[in-house]
Parts: sequence; structure tokens; C-alpha cells
Amino acid sequence: MADSQGPTHGEASGEAPSSPSVTGGGGEGGDRSHRAYWRSNLRLMAVLLAVWFVVPFGLGIVFVEPLNAFHLAGFPLGFWFAQQGAIYVFFVLVLIYALWMRRLDHEHGVE
Amino acid sequence: MSILTWTYITVGLSFALYIGVAIWSRAGSTSGFYVAGRGVPPMANGMATAADWMSAASFISMAGLISFMGYQGAIYLMGWTGGYVLLALLLAPYLRKFGRFTVPEFVGDRYDSQLARVVAVFCAIFVSFTYVAGQMRGVGVVFSRFLEVPVDIGVMIGVGLVFVYAVLGGMRGITYTQVAQYTVLIIAFMIPAAAISHKLTGSWIPQIGMGASLIEGPNAGRFLLETLDAVQRDLGFPEYTAAWVSGKKSMADVFAITLALMVGTAGLPHVIVRFYTVRNAAAARWSAVWALFFIAILYTTAPAVATFARVNLIQTVDGRAYSEVPAWFTSWENTGLISFEDKNGDGLIAFNGDSNVNELTVDRDIIVLANPEIAELPNWVIALVAAGGLAAALSTAAGLLLVISSSISHDLLKSFLWKDLDDRQELRAARIAAAFAVVIAGYFGIHPPGYVAQVVAFAFGLAAASFFPILVLGVFDKRTNREGVVAGMVTGIAFTASYIVYFKFLAPEAGPDAWWFGISPEGIGALGMVLNFAVTIAVSRVTAPPVPELQALVDEMRLPREGPASQ
Repeated sequence: MADSQGPTHGEASGEAPSSPSVTGGGGEGGDRSHRAYWRSNLRLMAVLLAVWFVVPFGLGIVFVEPLNAFHLAGFPLGFWFAQQGAIYVFFVLVLIYALWMRRLDHEHGVE
Repeated sequence: MSILTWTYITVGLSFALYIGVAIWSRAGSTSGFYVAGRGVPPMANGMATAADWMSAASFISMAGLISFMGYQGAIYLMGWTGGYVLLALLLAPYLRKFGRFTVPEFVGDRYDSQLARVVAVFCAIFVSFTYVAGQMRGVGVVFSRFLEVPVDIGVMIGVGLVFVYAVLGGMRGITYTQVAQYTVLIIAFMIPAAAISHKLTGSWIPQIGMGASLIEGPNAGRFLLETLDAVQRDLGFPEYTAAWVSGKKSMADVFAITLALMVGTAGLPHVIVRFYTVRNAAAARWSAVWALFFIAILYTTAPAVATFARVNLIQTVDGRAYSEVPAWFTSWENTGLISFEDKNGDGLIAFNGDSNVNELTVDRDIIVLANPEIAELPNWVIALVAAGGLAAALSTAAGLLLVISSSISHDLLKSFLWKDLDDRQELRAARIAAAFAVVIAGYFGIHPPGYVAQVVAFAFGLAAASFFPILVLGVFDKRTNREGVVAGMVTGIAFTASYIVYFKFLAPEAGPDAWWFGISPEGIGALGMVLNFAVTIAVSRVTAPPVPELQALVDEMRLPREGPASQ
């Protein structure tokens, strides 16, 4: 189980100057870096979740009728968002998140 | 060769494949049985998640439902994919980092509460049983139509097969059979879809064909959707792409159902545990990317299949003499899933939006299964669809059964009743629990409680109202404590269950006018979720905060770096 604070995150210590010292669960600098990491994560999440909400519920449901006045090939636009577009957007969102977090993990030495 | 011979070949080969994979990958330890030894690569886990996720409802019923619902079918399309964004951003990496075997175990350890764990076990078992019943019914439908065996025998064959690989193989066996099942089901779904798309619109890509023009018939050169809207209007049905039509769901209801399905997805234990099987938190994020990729292939194709099926159905049957119907019509009639009543006695089939004129009743469940026949595709394609439907149902059933068995052996037996259970005994207990669960699921398959998709919709409402809020708060709000989550879960599930039971069973005659805020029982999980959030946060704030050790545990969970010895 992962519940004991063992001394095994030695690998991370060489990778970033701000990563915590090995013993005692991280020093002051480590905590500050971890807080910055968490804040960046929350900011990114807020942006992505806003898109997650607006596209299906806004474009696909609430504004579907006004959008249906426009067309994308044979699709009324609102209908397209509801049955196609939203799903593509969901995929792009999780892809952006995974890529961005890979960089963020690396910058903060928490990978 | 006949359809029946082809079906025996494809179904037989696919079953042999699953059993072979299961034997090769069987589990020898509790870690292997519960979480596949935590060594599944993200892409393989993405495929397994997709198969686990896409049930008999997705494969067999969904395109058919959409075909009858038109625009409003979007509730399933968006609802059953949007939850993966929530999983990837809010849950998967953190729950994986926390490193337990089951979702109730996470709840129990994060909140240091055996009571919370028991409530979670109850929810997990209830949700999973509700859901598994639909899968077994799906197995029965496929067997009865394609292999011409009675539904009961079909269910028993399905039970026997799941028994072999879920009980022996555990999560390891399930994972790699699910990879094989994904491959079978996606091929079985895409080949007919591409062929029908090409036939109607000239495009091999259904997602494009759906927005393209027809290439044959009296409406050649006109957009497919535009034509369908016009034909529907002529027959007295609402336009296919029209959003808000009287007699259909209201905007508030569509909004609530979509939200409930999304949030429910992210709260389903059998989906969450799939993310426990990968190496670390980062791999959990990539698993979600792959899972959504593999799911999106089917979910963007299904609405196209729905429109093609609708066009084909209308063109094939409306106005045709009953004595001249194609062979597929008769064979589906024999299963009772299509029926024709010659109301005006003219011998012609009238398909109409006016129920006094309409003479044709088509069960939604057969649209995908009959589609290749309606489109006159070769026999081996039709046989492939049967194998795909079985793959979808069996893969989901196996994942659910594992949740039920691990809830019993790990969360109830090992942690309460029989604490000194060693690894080998626990493994045996898990297998016995899985065996019992399979048999009970089989019983539900033979005595099904309603439509496949409807039954599944309830599981989502309950998952949304019980698990999702307390899991998210467990990661993102350190102040949330055990008093809060027990109160929140009980409120959420009691509210949602009583609303559903009241409007579905006690007072089914009380229609939409009596619904709160115009929300149907299918969508009420969204409100239950909000209630759960509110109660959990409020009760946590007026009771003592979690001890510093627990808060430190949350801090550690938020960092993806590999902690010590994660099983």
C-alpha cells in the first residue's frame, strides 16, 4: 500500500532544482514548488472544464436552434455540435490536458 | 454460406480467442485479480476501458434509440463521452496515485471511515447489478436472433463464458480479453457502417457521409439529413434534426439527462477501477486519452448509423406490399421485434407518425442488428455484427462482475468479517464471489427488468448522485470529512432512488407535469449530484476537519510522482 512515507522518491531529486530533499516529505522550497504546481494544474483545469461545459450544454443544447440556422456541409450546425462536434472537443480536451501536464510534471520535478 | 453458418463461425472463433487470451493472462495473486498487477500499458488499457465501457446498450440499442429520437439522441452521445473529460481531469490520476484496489477502499481510507466504506460498497454493488442485468439481456437478444437458440440458453452460454475468464482470470484476464473484444466490436460496428455510408452517400467515412448528399434514388444530389427531415415531415413524424418538438423531451430534461450521464460515467466503479491497472498517475491520464479515442470512433459513427438506418427503413418498408417484404423482415417478425398490423386492410405497410394510421412497430433494439440486412450487405458482415454485439455485452458484464466480486471479497470480507484472510484465501473468496455474481447476473438476463438502455440509465443516475461528488471532493477539498461524505452519499442516493421509484413504479401515471423542474427520472441524478455536493460540503464545514495525517495524504495524492511501493 502507498500509505507510508518511505524514502524512495530519490529519482525525482536529480531532475529539477526545486524538487524536495529526500527525507522528511520535502522542505520549504519543495512545498512552495508543489503549491505552484497545484495552482497551475487548477488553472488549466478551470479553462478546460469551462470548454467542457460550454460546448455540449451551450452550443449543443441551449443554443441549438439558433445555431441550426447555419450549416456545416449537410449538417445544421447545432445538430452537428450535439451529435459530432462535442465528442471531438472532449477528445481534444483530454489530449491537451495529458500533454500539458506532462510538461508541468517535468518542470516541477514531480513525475 | 448461410447467415447461420457464418454466425457460428464468427461467434465460435471470437469465443475461442477470448478463452485463449484468458488462459494466457490468468491471475495468480490478489493484485493480479483486482488490478491486473498494475502493469497494463496506457493504450491497451484505453482499449480495455472502451470495451468495458461500451455495453450492449452502446452497441445494440444506442444507434436504434437515436434513430427514433433524432436530435435528442445527443443525450447518449454527449452524455456517455463527456464523462471521460471529468475522469481524466478530476479523478483518474489521483485515484491511481492513491493506490488502492477498489473505489470503496479509496473512500474508506481517504475519509478514515469504515461506515463511508460500507455505504460505498452498497452503492457499488447496487449500481453494478443494475447495469449488469442489461448486459445479460443483450447477450440473450443476440443469441436468440442470430444463433436461433432460445434466449435462456443464450444467456446461459454467456454466463458460462464470462465464468471462465472473469472467475479464473480476474482483472488480468478481463483486461486482455477486453482488448480482444474491443477489436471485434469496433470492426463489427465499422464495416457495416462504412459500407452503408458508401452505398447511400459515396463516402466510406460515416461521420462525413452523414453530412453528405445521397447518390441514388429519387432524392439523389440532396443532402441526406435534409432529405430525411423532408421525408419525416411527409410521413407525419417530427423533423429528424429538429431540437424541441412537442411530445419529446424538454430542453431542461435534455440538459439534466446529459449532465447525469456524464457525471454518472465518471462515478461508475467499473470504469474507475480500469485506471487502477496502469503504472502511475501520468499513465492514467494517457489511458483516458486512449479510452476516449477508442470510444469516440464508435460514438461518432453511431449517429451516422442511426440516420442511415432511418433512411433505409423508410425506403424499404413504407408503402410496400406485405406479401413482398424482404427475408430479414420475416425473420425479425418471428422474434416478435417487428410487427405489422394491416389496419386499413390494403395489404400495404404504412409507416406513419400518426398512431392511428401507422401499421408498423419496430423494436429499437434491432436497428443495429438488422441494419446490415436492410442494407443488403453480405452474410459474413451480418454474422460479424452478432459477434460484435456479444463482445460488447460480455466485456462490460465481466468488468461489472469484477467490481461486485472485489467489493465482496476485499471490502466486506477482508476488511470486516475475516480480517486475517491471507492473499491466497482472499483470492479464492474473490473467485467464489465472482462465480455467485455471474449466476445472479444470468438470472437477471433470463428475467430482464425492462429495456436494455433504460435499465442502464438508472445505474448512471445513482452513480452520479452517490460517488462522483465525494470522490471529487476527496481530491480537491481537504476539508471534506467522513461525516460530510456519509451524509452526502445517503442524501444523494436516497433522493435519486426515491424519485426514480416514485415516478417509475409507484405513480407511473404522474407524467411530465409532476416532474420537478421538468426533469425526468432518467435525468434526476444531476439534481441528486448537486444535493450530494451541497450536503457533503455543508456537513463537513460544521464538523471537525480531517486530522493532519489525512490532509497530508491528500497533498501526497495530488503529486503524480511515484510514491513508495505502489503495488
